[in-house]
Amino acid sequence: MKIRIANGRVIDPANKTDRIQDVYISDGKIAALGDAPDGFVAQRTLDASNLVVAPGLIDLAARLREPGFEYRATLESEMDAAMAGGVTSLAIPPDTDPVLDEPGLVEMLCYRAKKLNRAHVYPVGALTLGLKGERLSEMAELVEAGCVAFSQANVPIVDNMVLMRAMQYAATFDFRVWLQPIAPFLSRGGYAHDGEVASRLGLPGIPVAAETVALYTYLQLARITGARLHITRLSSAEGLQLIEQARADGMDVSCDVSINHLHLCDMDIGYFDANCHLVPPLRSQRDRDALRRALADGRINALCSDHTPVDDDGKQTPFSESEPGATGLELLLPLTLKWANESGLSLLDGIARITSEAARIVGITKAGHLSPGARADVCVFDPAADIRIARDSLRSQGKNTPFLGFELQGKVRYTLVEGQLMYGD
Amino acid sequence: MHNPQLNKHGELQHLLTLDGLPRNIINAILDTAAPFTEVAEREVKKLPLLRGKSIFNLFFENSTRTRTTFEIAAKRLSADVVNLNVSTSSTAKGESLLDTVDNLCAMQADMFVVRHAASGAPFLIAQHLYNTGRNDIHVVNAGDGRHAHPTQGLLDMYTIRHYKRDFTQLTVAIVGDVLHSRVARSQIAALTTLGVPEVRVIGPKTLLPTAMERMGVRVFHDMREGLKDVDVVMMLRLQNERMNGALLPTPQEFYKVWGLTAEKLALAKPDAIVMHPGPMNRGVEIDSAVADGAQAVILPQVTFGIAVRMAVMSMLAGQ
Repeated sequence: MKIRIANGRVIDPANKTDRIQDVYISDGKIAALGDAPDGFVAQRTLDASNLVVAPGLIDLAARLREPGFEYRATLESEMDAAMAGGVTSLAIPPDTDPVLDEPGLVEMLCYRAKKLNRAHVYPVGALTLGLKGERLSEMAELVEAGCVAFSQANVPIVDNMVLMRAMQYAATFDFRVWLQPIAPFLSRGGYAHDGEVASRLGLPGIPVAAETVALYTYLQLARITGARLHITRLSSAEGLQLIEQARADGMDVSCDVSINHLHLCDMDIGYFDANCHLVPPLRSQRDRDALRRALADGRINALCSDHTPVDDDGKQTPFSESEPGATGLELLLPLTLKWANESGLSLLDGIARITSEAARIVGITKAGHLSPGARADVCVFDPAADIRIARDSLRSQGKNTPFLGFELQGKVRYTLVEGQLMYGD
Repeated sequence: MHNPQLNKHGELQHLLTLDGLPRNIINAILDTAAPFTEVAEREVKKLPLLRGKSIFNLFFENSTRTRTTFEIAAKRLSADVVNLNVSTSSTAKGESLLDTVDNLCAMQADMFVVRHAASGAPFLIAQHLYNTGRNDIHVVNAGDGRHAHPTQGLLDMYTIRHYKRDFTQLTVAIVGDVLHSRVARSQIAALTTLGVPEVRVIGPKTLLPTAMERMGVRVFHDMREGLKDVDVVMMLRLQNERMNGALLPTPQEFYKVWGLTAEKLALAKPDAIVMHPGPMNRGVEIDSAVADGAQAVILPQVTFGIAVRMAVMSMLAGQ
């Protein structure tokens, strides 16, 4: 299939491109930009006038809930959500049931995803068996099966000796280690940021120290072991400071933040809105503002949806008894645009956080940009179109998001995966 | 933000928390309660205000005193009362909270009096009733987690007003385990709303919530300093499970440092009153001599509690 995307504003952060030009696609790859290659006859032309043509989005954390939690969501429903959100590559956290700690499981997930023929999946393997923090997983075999990194999702390792060994072992192969900074005892039994709001609402709190103490440990161990560390879901200004300090000391460490923590803070819990029950907890306004600034100037490398579909039964309970998490695949683009716009960033710089920068963290080289020869994963969107976030407008099986009722801008018109039109008509 | 306990006319639809409840509504409840204290003195202790109404005491957490006083209050207003002790652990599978509520709604409930171990549970119920258009059903929070115990807070205000009249001249101290106390949160909300110029909280750092000052209180760790010249001493109950562990070393040490003794009480104003929401741990947070002493108003609190609960229920569902 040969496709021409005509008259669009091509924004490709990896190549620092922002200009109106045509994009030519053939054999699942970007064939050319600007002028048509010799003898190119488009079988289909997509009119992208007044639209942005960007690389397909890359999400650093999307829980598809398979295997194990099919009542919350299925691969099919969440792949639909990804396509509607313009997200063409997904890093999958290992906290499925059973967890992604076995090569066979990872192969099965990749196979199922490939058969659906929509977004590409990049499984993140479990660092320890069953995420139990006791025994190392077969990392070399897991990588052969398709894993791109190793993590504990949001189940911290209690025994620091095991954590150090796991990082050492991963460093043996130069595998990526993605860790979410959660100190197990400091976070235990807490449900909201330990601050004024939690105090008022009588919600047991999670202190910022739950993040900083863990971060300090991770950074020290990464220094000793030489592990390639990426910090996921930063939530606090103090945590950010620790990362900056480590970088100043010469350490190479990347980090990301979720769309929820970029736009919300503990005040948004309001009267116990369980959709604001998240891991890590929404912290103070000061923390949120620090995260926004750091993402804008690149101290935080990438933005992700932290997509976690939860069924209604999991949220229609008192706050502390509810399942944490929020659906996010379809919100990634509009919330990135909202933040970029409010921060005075160009579209190019904004989109970089969910394309080129995210690709670097996952280690994707053939996508996340629109260079000739790249995989033709493309997101074509109208940056000015209004959308209203509502239960029935979400394709994800999870309708749980704190942004329900929000009016946002940025509507995906077409999503292409490997040169095939998967969304839009 | 939409306040779920007020209807669109700004009237009380549910009683969920005293935090953010306007002063005029608090005063209206206290004023309404006043004549109800006399009902108890009558030979026939009944009023017909809630005749034909069905009130469900929905207790997901054990309670004898609060449930009993709600039951007495409802019966004195001629309501039909059904007690449900749904003692379930939060994680135990089975009927969900909202399924239980839906079932009781199908039995034509007019009011739920809810106690739950999780903060915010009554809000969830109120929101659910709103979402399903059942605006004729009212919810009274009888204690949710660490969050609120509004009728306790109101009866405490009634008691203070009874003995001290003017809130705007008072210094009030709340002593003990504020961190886990829904009573303390409701007291602080009511006292600050009613214009008490100085509300103090006294306790060890392990038992005071983060950022307490933002609630408009002065924080003290030294009992003697904190009790100096106060008009009202409000003691809190120390739960057994908090007495030995990482929050406090022993009940003995707590008593020594924060227990209310006659000697410490002498630092307060001579006419200071001593309150306690009950049940008391004598010899832990309060000495028997003080609990039974002339300054204690702990039993009147219980009596006023019935009148205040009658006031709340009649304002919500009365004709």
